[in-house]
Amino acid sequence: MQPIADPLLTVDRLTMRFGGLLAINALTFEVGRGQITALIGPNGAGKTTVFNCITGFYQPTGGRMALAHRGPVQEQELAGLTASGRRYDRHACGGLFLLERMQDHEIAAKARVARTFQNIRLFPAMTVLENLIVAQHRELMKASRFSIAGLLGTKGYRAAEEQAVERARHWLEKTGLVDRADEPAGDLPYGAQRRLEIARAMCTQPMLLCLDEPAAGLNPRESADLTRLIRAIRDETGTSVLLIEHDMSVVMEISDHVVVIEYGCKIADGTPEEIKSDANVIAAYLGVEDAETAVAVVEAGA
Amino acid sequence: MAVDAARPQSHATPPQSPAAPPQTYMSAALPGALKSALLTALVTLGLCFPIVAWETQLDIESRLTLVSWWGYVAAFVAIAFVGRFAYVMWRALPREQRQAIAPRAKLSADVKQRIAIVGLLLLIFFPFISIAAAGTAGSIKWIDNYGTQILIYILLAWGLNIVVGLAGLLDLGYVAFYAVGAYSSALLAKNFGLSFWLCLPLAGIFAAMYGLMIGIPVLRLRGDYLAIVTLAFAEIVQRVAVNWDTVTGGYNGISGIPRPTLFGYSLSPGPDSLPSLLGLAPSPLYRVIFLFYLVLVMALLVNWVATRLRRLPLGRAWEALREDEIACRSLGINTVTTKLSAFATGAFFGGIAGPLFAARQGIVSPSSFVFMESAMILAIVVLGGLGSQLGVAIAAVVMIGGTELLRELGWLKAVFGPEFDPGKYRMLIFGFAMVLLMVVRPRGFITHRDPSITLGGRQTERQA
Repeated sequence: MQPIADPLLTVDRLTMRFGGLLAINALTFEVGRGQITALIGPNGAGKTTVFNCITGFYQPTGGRMALAHRGPVQEQELAGLTASGRRYDRHACGGLFLLERMQDHEIAAKARVARTFQNIRLFPAMTVLENLIVAQHRELMKASRFSIAGLLGTKGYRAAEEQAVERARHWLEKTGLVDRADEPAGDLPYGAQRRLEIARAMCTQPMLLCLDEPAAGLNPRESADLTRLIRAIRDETGTSVLLIEHDMSVVMEISDHVVVIEYGCKIADGTPEEIKSDANVIAAYLGVEDAETAVAVVEAGA
Repeated sequence: MAVDAARPQSHATPPQSPAAPPQTYMSAALPGALKSALLTALVTLGLCFPIVAWETQLDIESRLTLVSWWGYVAAFVAIAFVGRFAYVMWRALPREQRQAIAPRAKLSADVKQRIAIVGLLLLIFFPFISIAAAGTAGSIKWIDNYGTQILIYILLAWGLNIVVGLAGLLDLGYVAFYAVGAYSSALLAKNFGLSFWLCLPLAGIFAAMYGLMIGIPVLRLRGDYLAIVTLAFAEIVQRVAVNWDTVTGGYNGISGIPRPTLFGYSLSPGPDSLPSLLGLAPSPLYRVIFLFYLVLVMALLVNWVATRLRRLPLGRAWEALREDEIACRSLGINTVTTKLSAFATGAFFGGIAGPLFAARQGIVSPSSFVFMESAMILAIVVLGGLGSQLGVAIAAVVMIGGTELLRELGWLKAVFGPEFDPGKYRMLIFGFAMVLLMVVRPRGFITHRDPSITLGGRQTERQA
């Protein structure tokens, strides 16, 4: 496993402790720019905890998570920002952010990290379109001059709203939800709700999209659609994707890079092929040679 | 949608012959219904025995005697029995048959708009209608007690609707903002001689500032906890009004608050008032009508701002906040400032209602800002349907108008004898009506939520 040339996100010795429980222990990995990185591991390995640290829902106990909007990051820039005690530097690397110092909504708005949730979190009473418009809150809020221009219905605000609807329409088309745009999000079937959550995250125009088990509960056809959607996101928008997934067929098919963790420690890291043949993974985590069977065994036992 | 399209037919055609006639279901449900009704009657009897059956009275020689009211007990038990029986039998019918016999009204956007227009027209012509119906002297009560008072409550309920209905923050102390608005305008007018027109926005601003002040520590709480703390803050406001008597006048309150003027002209009876300058006969009616329209305009303004805000990013963020706070944060919405803005906006509108109240009464005192008022406004919002402007307005008319109308129940004396005091039963009837309404429409009068934005004409195409 060789270091990634230009990482978007560098997680350096991330540690998260809940009382006496060490959930994540000095975890170090990188998310490649414009790549799909999968984070896998058995249940309880700490994958979602890593997500919650990256997106600011947890305050990590230690470590550094640096996200650069434009790379490559010079070591001294990063060291300078770390030493300065500031949370981010808008000028270095087109925006250099130390996520461990930022609050969840700041990470979403400034560092532009979007996420979905393991148990879907939509705004169920609001329509599908409204869900996507809320995702563009920051921009629209600015355009509405904190509601003053919006109340008066100025041209600038109306243009911004139209643009937001266009962006929403684009993602509705991508996810095949255009026909249901004006229905309450809570009325959608499960698979469509999963796609809507991804569409909503994409409407924030993220640099990094974190997907927490996007294929959970999907049938094989929906899974295949999802794989295509995630690929399209990477290829068409250049958004980097970090995903947690249990479905190994999905992981092996779409990932450029796989990070395997167990008990909060990284045990392997590399391309899907490398992971499949990694002695550590097979011995310590999978136990058997065939990856898919192994996961089935792990899941059944968990 | 398709369901809506199918509904008019069920209105037009008589109940179609379903698979089984209602009698089949009824006879099947009969034993269960009887049993349930008996049980309910028994419970009612048990409740009535200590509450209704006995009354202690002083006789002529000041001795305590026991009077029994078994007639009333029998009546209550019978009502409970029959009511429960009918209800269970009704529920035994399948949904389609119930629909066919008594179609449940579901208001489409079209109908809602029509109701709103008719309601608005009624409001605009209300003073004239009441003058025509009750004469110049008799109409004052109608315009002031019914019209203006209901409108003030509509205004308050629309303000609270932003906090509770849109942002989902349960505020049990909304009356505090109303009180801050009323007292600040009264004090500004009395001590600094500020005109009503200046006091009105200032009262709103003061209330909003108070909202921010209590919002900052309080808004990290959620649900029940938030409700308790807001309740406590409202209580503090009332206590301050009672005890800081050098400023607020204690229980006596502040009286002699100057009435609002129109371009500097008074509308109260007097030599320099606008009606007398126009050569009209002196009457308090002009002031009352003026105040009615003033409150109407303010209420419409609040409604306009509230409906407009709902379609703006801020309003959508409020609704999103109600739906899922964590998802909001994952989308970069600062939930603290968003909540504060909802709280402050609601407080501002509550504050504006204050000077209007003071203008109507001419006096503000702590007794007007008790918890009962908060509960009343919240009840209006919940009964109307959280988030629905029209539903809330209807609920305000029903609740406030209804309780006021119950004062006019003098004619019931003809039925129950001259000893009957309808005023005593006002709150009882009111409470009963509320329970009934919550059974029939558990989510309020209007539950349908209009999307704040739609994707072109697709929705309407599919409806057709």
